[in-house]
Parts: sequence; structure tokens; C-alpha cells
Amino acid sequence: MPDAPEPITSDLVIVGAGIAGLSAALFAAERGIDATLVGETGEILFASGLMDLLAVHPLEDGRTWEDPWAAIDALRRDIPAHPYARVETADIRAAFDALLGFLADQGLPYRRRTDRNVDVLTTMGGVKRTYCVPETAWGGVRAMEEKASCLLVDFDQLRGFSARQIASALEPRWPGIRTARIPFPGSTRGQYAEQLALALEAPGNREALAADVRACLGTARSVGLPAVLGLYRTEMISRDLRDRIGVPLFEIPILPPSVAGLRLRDAFHRGLTEKGIRLFPHHRVAAVRYEQTDKFVLDIAAPDGEHRLHGSALMLASGRFLGGGLRADRNGIRETLLDLRVHHPGERADWHRQDFLDPRGHPVNAAGLEIDDRFRPLNDGGEPAHERLFAAGSILAHQNWIRSKCGVGLAVASAWGAVKAYGPPTEGYASLSFEKYIDKN
Amino acid sequence: MHTQVLIIGAGVTGLGLARDLALRGISCIVVEQGDVNSGASGRNHGLLHSGSRYVSSDTEVAAECLEEADLLKKLAPQCVEETGGLFVAVEGDDESFIADFPHLCEKARIPAEALDIDDAREMEPCLSDRIIAAYAAPDATVDPFKLALQNFHQAHQNGTKLLRHHKVVGFKQSKGRLKSAHLVNTETGGAVFVEADQFVSAAGAWCGEIARMAGADMDMVYSKGSLAVTHSRLSERVINRLRKPADGDILVPGGTVSIFGTTSLRMDVPSDVRPTVREVDYLVSEGAAMIPEMETVRYIRAYAGIRPLIKSGDDGGDRSVSRGFILVDHADDGLDNFLTISGGKLTTYRLMAERTADRVCERLGVCRPCRTREEPLPTDPAWEWTEPGLAPREWIKHPDHEDPLLCECEMIPASVFDSVIGSIRAQGGTPNLKAVGLRTRMGKGACQGSFCGARVTGHLCDRGDLNSRDAQTELKRFLQERWKGERPILWGGQLIQSELKEAIYCGLLGLET
Repeated sequence: MPDAPEPITSDLVIVGAGIAGLSAALFAAERGIDATLVGETGEILFASGLMDLLAVHPLEDGRTWEDPWAAIDALRRDIPAHPYARVETADIRAAFDALLGFLADQGLPYRRRTDRNVDVLTTMGGVKRTYCVPETAWGGVRAMEEKASCLLVDFDQLRGFSARQIASALEPRWPGIRTARIPFPGSTRGQYAEQLALALEAPGNREALAADVRACLGTARSVGLPAVLGLYRTEMISRDLRDRIGVPLFEIPILPPSVAGLRLRDAFHRGLTEKGIRLFPHHRVAAVRYEQTDKFVLDIAAPDGEHRLHGSALMLASGRFLGGGLRADRNGIRETLLDLRVHHPGERADWHRQDFLDPRGHPVNAAGLEIDDRFRPLNDGGEPAHERLFAAGSILAHQNWIRSKCGVGLAVASAWGAVKAYGPPTEGYASLSFEKYIDKN
Repeated sequence: MHTQVLIIGAGVTGLGLARDLALRGISCIVVEQGDVNSGASGRNHGLLHSGSRYVSSDTEVAAECLEEADLLKKLAPQCVEETGGLFVAVEGDDESFIADFPHLCEKARIPAEALDIDDAREMEPCLSDRIIAAYAAPDATVDPFKLALQNFHQAHQNGTKLLRHHKVVGFKQSKGRLKSAHLVNTETGGAVFVEADQFVSAAGAWCGEIARMAGADMDMVYSKGSLAVTHSRLSERVINRLRKPADGDILVPGGTVSIFGTTSLRMDVPSDVRPTVREVDYLVSEGAAMIPEMETVRYIRAYAGIRPLIKSGDDGGDRSVSRGFILVDHADDGLDNFLTISGGKLTTYRLMAERTADRVCERLGVCRPCRTREEPLPTDPAWEWTEPGLAPREWIKHPDHEDPLLCECEMIPASVFDSVIGSIRAQGGTPNLKAVGLRTRMGKGACQGSFCGARVTGHLCDRGDLNSRDAQTELKRFLQERWKGERPILWGGQLIQSELKEAIYCGLLGLET
């Protein structure tokens, strides 16, 4: 064992590199908090790029809501232990404003209707109800509402995306929808969205693609494509293609692993570094312990060696099973870093329902950390496990983000709530930096 | 429709019988309520018994297994992996059983070789250090899907027809004979009547129900057996517990995985069998006594089948019911042209088919001898894709980057799906998602359909084999079928996988609404 590395000290250490952890780091930076983020970049790579707030409640009835805020009010009444019940609506709004403003600054603009959910096309030819949509996908929302003449384009070899499948599901309600399959421009051949997205960063490939699309455009007033329009400069690439083709185009979210997660990760890493957050992405937290009563000590393992972090406060945004924050064995569920108490539905036989698609969802998905109003995980006695220990995101109990369609909303709202609970902004920060993010839509 | 012989059930027995009869020049139709191997033929260990397991309980079955396993190794090597097998006892196992075992094997002429404990553990490092006895026996493994599909392939080339998704709902009789079977297409609801000279029920667990429809009597016992599949292959050989046959006894390698089983639970009806959390927990703890790793390895699924056992007089529990087969001539029930073939083992399917075919020929006045005892089972490349590891081997030999891998766990490119779809059509079948899954390794790997499910559905739509609405229904069915097997093993790594799968199919695609 080499000598222990020199520790890096911060006021707040955030564990988790998903949307919750990254948002918490952003909100901390906006408040002038000295913060470090560490965690493996895993789960975010499966992100669809869409941002849900809340679409379905109660699950038993499968009721879908047009107004997500009304849905949240209803959910708070019905499930008082839901994390949404611990954040004010004004705070959730402020959190989204801050997040979307930040992403727009990083070249990844999103669009929404502030008080209404929108419907997005899926690769199965269905619709998914969500809240915020990447600017590059917004045209799809509009096209579906207007049902105007539209061309769906797909490429040879891109797996899990068949324009024909999407169109044939929609044709009865959307007669003006047509499809075209074209070879992907240039020499790029492959099944991975990332390769295609990278290839479209090159203008030559874009011109070739535009020429092929123009050739089969017909009367189409918009063009839908799989979400592979660039990796780093999506907004510019999408605009460039629109100019070359002559009609608006829109991206349709594809199956993971897609490039949506890469775009988000890239934007966050760039922006957070600019804001002075210390980032240790792709790093696994090997161990966490308390030292004395005021310090968390984290040992970090990574390909580039080991690090030690000291923090006077710790926030767990380490996710569920996929993210690694929770781990199940045959007999129970554990929180992986501090062995915190996990609320769970009892014996394994009761974790999952007999039908995969049971609309009520699986009881195990409501397992997780129970928290107080300040987002502090509770111990067996119902007291905060530690004065300065917080939790945010999908690791929290009493929610079912997959079925309620509230994943990003939950991450962002709880991250905001937890950062707010951490303490007031450093002088000269908060009001100043939020003003520019007030939504003008 | 008219045929000489109507065979009910497209398991390995029914299809083996179809091949045997076809080779004797007899025309057959096989009717199946699901698809090939939907019942016990597709829900077993894939073990080619050397017979050693039955030396203490049933010497006749032991001898049949030994002989038939040898024949299959010779005549259908493409379906067999000659792994060899071990019988091992652990501390606390019955000493007198251990002492008797070599003598019983000798009596049954099964070559069982005593092994030094250390040698056994060197041969199979996964074995516990608490092993107290070990023998080597000539067990092997067999791919039941490949076996069934290749049997049918030859039958089909000789004129046999297969009606998949057709359920027998009744018979017409006259003068002590069955005249025709009334079938219903389970997909379309349409009715079909098939007239035949001879009727054979090879319907496995449904033999009792079929016999009742014909007005005959069969007293069946339904014994559920569940098995668990590990993510990786734990042993090179088949590993049997050296004890009186009991639950949680046998670990069988299946290409890249291992399969451990079984349980034995009496069921009232043969339908909708599922493995349970309790059964899997039991299997894991029994298995860990022989192979401690079984406590910690990743499991990717479990499955359950129904053993169709014919009730005998004394009730000594389902483990004591004979594994021998039985050919019932329903002449005793007043029906001159109706046979039921039931019981038996996967290992002895060919013999069961031969005996049944002999009787059918006798009835038809045909005196051509059985050819399946000498003639090799031909290999047809269209029906090889159920073999674990075949697709990756082919891909590595000839990688084609314009041919996308629709299933990454098992490395199956679009071109393989295209060829399987073409072959299904050539046999007059409809290439839906389930049919394609059954004839390939799709959905069998660690992701259990998380990615390949949607991709192959898209591919079928793209080719025009499916419309969008049916695609959604089929994908849901496919996911639910996988789920039955995943649900009891959802902890550790596989729970992570299922969370991702739910995020894709419910979170993004909204299939639950």
C-alpha cells in the first residue's frame, strides 16, 4: 500500500455523477459552496435526454397528467413521504430554471411549456409524456401536434430505430407521415449512435446527408431523424442541417446507450469545471468514514491512482441498483457506502410483481433511504443518521421514478432541496446568479 | 386436411416420432398448441444421462439411458457436448449409498470410475473441500432445441407438416375409432379439422387432457421442476450429487452457462408454471453444499417445467415415480387408433419414438424398419443457432461491420435473424418474435432482452414481418416470458439489469400504459 495521498478538503462532498449529483454540484456552485463531486459515470449514459417532471399519478389508475404541477400537488397529498412532498413548488421551478439556464449556456438548450407536459415520439411509434425536451427534439413535439406532412428518416445499420415501425403505428392518426431509409453519409459504418453523431460533426457529412434527405423530401414540412445530430455542437449542427435541407428537423430519442447522456455529461463537466467544482468523474468511492465528529473521509479509487477527500458535509446522490447506491443480496437491500438504514418492502418474494408490466410498478422500486425535511437520511430511531449527511436523487425511498415518469424532476428537486438544507448561500451569490435564469417562455 | 398420422405435441418426442415415421415413408401432421419444445422438452437440464443417476432406483431406465446416450453421441454429435460427468458426495451424505454406487453401476454396465478426492477437485476446481467421494461417469449434455428442430427439419423434408399455435379442442369418433381432430388456431381463433388414420398423443403434461377429450383415461401426476441458470459456466463436466435422487442434485454446463436443478413440486394443473423465489433459494443452498460458489455467483434466470409422470399404484412421492416411458394403447378404452406416449427422459426420446412408430406401422400395415437407430441425424445450418457460442464464433471468424449485432450478449447479427426468419417461412410458419427467439440465443444472455427485445422487434417491423401494433403485443409477451424467469433471481447483478430494462421499456417506451 503506497502512502496515503494528500487529502483534498472541501465543505461539501457529493457522491454520484448522475443528474442528481451533477445538479447538486451546480446548485452548490451557484450558492458559492466549496464542493467536490465524485462518482462513476455510469447511469447517465443511459439517459434519454428527456426531462420528466411528473406524468403519471396514481400508478394504480395509470392517470396521465397534462399539468405536472397539479400532478405534484395530488402526489403530495397521496404520498406524504414522497421526496416531492419535501420541496416547495417554487423551489422545484427555481431548480429547473437554474438547470436549463446552465445547460443553455453550455450549448445544450432545452425547451418546455412551463406549466404543461408535452408528448414525444418513441421508437416504438408511441408517445412518451415528458416535461423538457432538447431544443433539437422540439420540432417533433410540434409536428405531432400539427400532424403536418412529415418525413421520418432512418439509416442502414442503426439498431433499434426503424422509421417504418414508427410511421406504421402513427399512420392511422397522422396520414401525412412518410419514411425514407438512406445510407449514412461518408465512410462511417456502424451500429453505434456515438459514431454517427461524431461523423455529423464534419460539415462534409452534413452536406451529403442533407442532399440525400432533400432528394426524398417531397412535400414534407419537417424531417424526423434518430437523435444522432452531433455530440458536442448539437444545436449548431441541427441548425446547419435545417438550412441545408430547407425545412425544420427534429431528433427522435433513441434507445440507450444513446448520445443524449454523453451530451449531458459533457455539458455538465465543462460547465461545472468553469464554476470551480472539483470533479472526480469515473472514480469509485472505495470507502467512507466519519472522523471525529465533523469530517467525512472518502477513499477514492481510479485508474490514475488513489485520492482522499475530506468533507465537512456529505451528500449521497449515488443512485439505486444501477447506479450502485443500493445493493441487494438474496436476503435484503443495503446502502453501499455507509450501510444506512434502507426502507424496503420485506422479503424478496414481495419485491417484484408477477407481471413485468404491472401498471402499479414493483414494490422494490419504492425502497431506498428515508429522509427528514432537510434531506438527511434517517437511522433506525427515525433520527438523522448524521447532522451533515444529505441524500438526493433516486436513492430516496417512497418514489417510483420509472413508472411515475419523474426521474429528472426527482433528481433536480431533491438536489435543490438538499443543497438548500446544507445551508444558506455564501454572501454575494444566490440572488445574483439566479436572476438570468428566470424563464421567459 | 387429411394425413396418415396426426401427432399431438411438438416436443422432442413428437418431433422424433415425426422423423421416424417420415423415414419410413409415412405422412404426418404435427399439431402443437405453442411452438417447438414449449413444454418439458424446452424446460429441462439438457442432460444426456449416462444412466448412473438411476442405478439405485430403476435399472431398466439406467440401461435405456446408457444405450440411447451412446447412440445420440454417435448419430447426433452436433447436438451433444461430451462433457463427461462426476458424481460427488459431501460430508453428511448417506455412506451406504456411496458404498453401493460402484456395484450398482457395474451391474448396469455403466463405466463409473472411482476418483481420488484431490484429483476430482483438480478436474473441477469449483467443488467444495468437503467432498468425501467422487466417481467419473460418461454423462454428457444435449441441446434440446437443436435436437428437436433438426429432427423436424428432416421430417419436413420428407413431407411432414407442423401446425404451430394450434390447440386440440376435441375429436370426432365413429365405431371405436377417432376420425378427426378439431383444432383451433390460438392466434386467429380459426378452426381446422384434421382427419387421420392414426392418432398419437405426445403431449407431455397435456396427455391426460388429450386422452380425456378422446374419451380415454390417463391418470397423470404433474411434477414441477425448477432450474436456475448462472451467468458463467462453473464446471467443465456435469456434476451430480452422489445420493438417492433428490432436489437440487445436478449442475449441467450449457455452453457458456451452468444450469442447476431441480425441484419437485406437485401441481394441480400443468399450465402457467413459474419458478419461485423459494425454490431458487432452496436450489442455491443445496448447490452450495457441493459447489460453494453457487452462493455468490450471478444468476441470469430460472425456469420451470412439468414432468409428465404417469401415476402408479403406490405413492412414494414424485421422485419415486418411474422415469421410464410408457406407451399406452387406448384399444383398452375402446379406441383402435389412438396411442399415448408419455413419461421418459430427454435422453430416451429416440427410443420412445421408435417404439411408438413400430406400433403405428403395425397398425397401418406398414413393415418398414426403424432407421433412426443407424442413420445419423442430418445437420441443417438453419437450425443451429440455439447453440451457445456458435454466433460469436462465426462473428469472430467473419466480422461484418455492415451487419449490426442486434443481440450483443450472444453476438447475433441481423443476417442470422434474416436467415432464421427465412427458414421459418420455408416451413410454412410465421416468424413472430417468440418463434425467432426460440430458434436463436436471443434474450438468453445477461441482458435478458433489455436491448435485443426492442431491436429485433424493430428489425421485424422493418422487414415487414410485423406491423407496429402486433410488434407491441409481441414485445410485451416476450418481456413477460423473460420476466417469469428473472423474477426469482433478482438480486445482485441481475437486479441491476432488470432496473435498466424497466427504465427502457417503462420509463422511456411506456409499454406499461
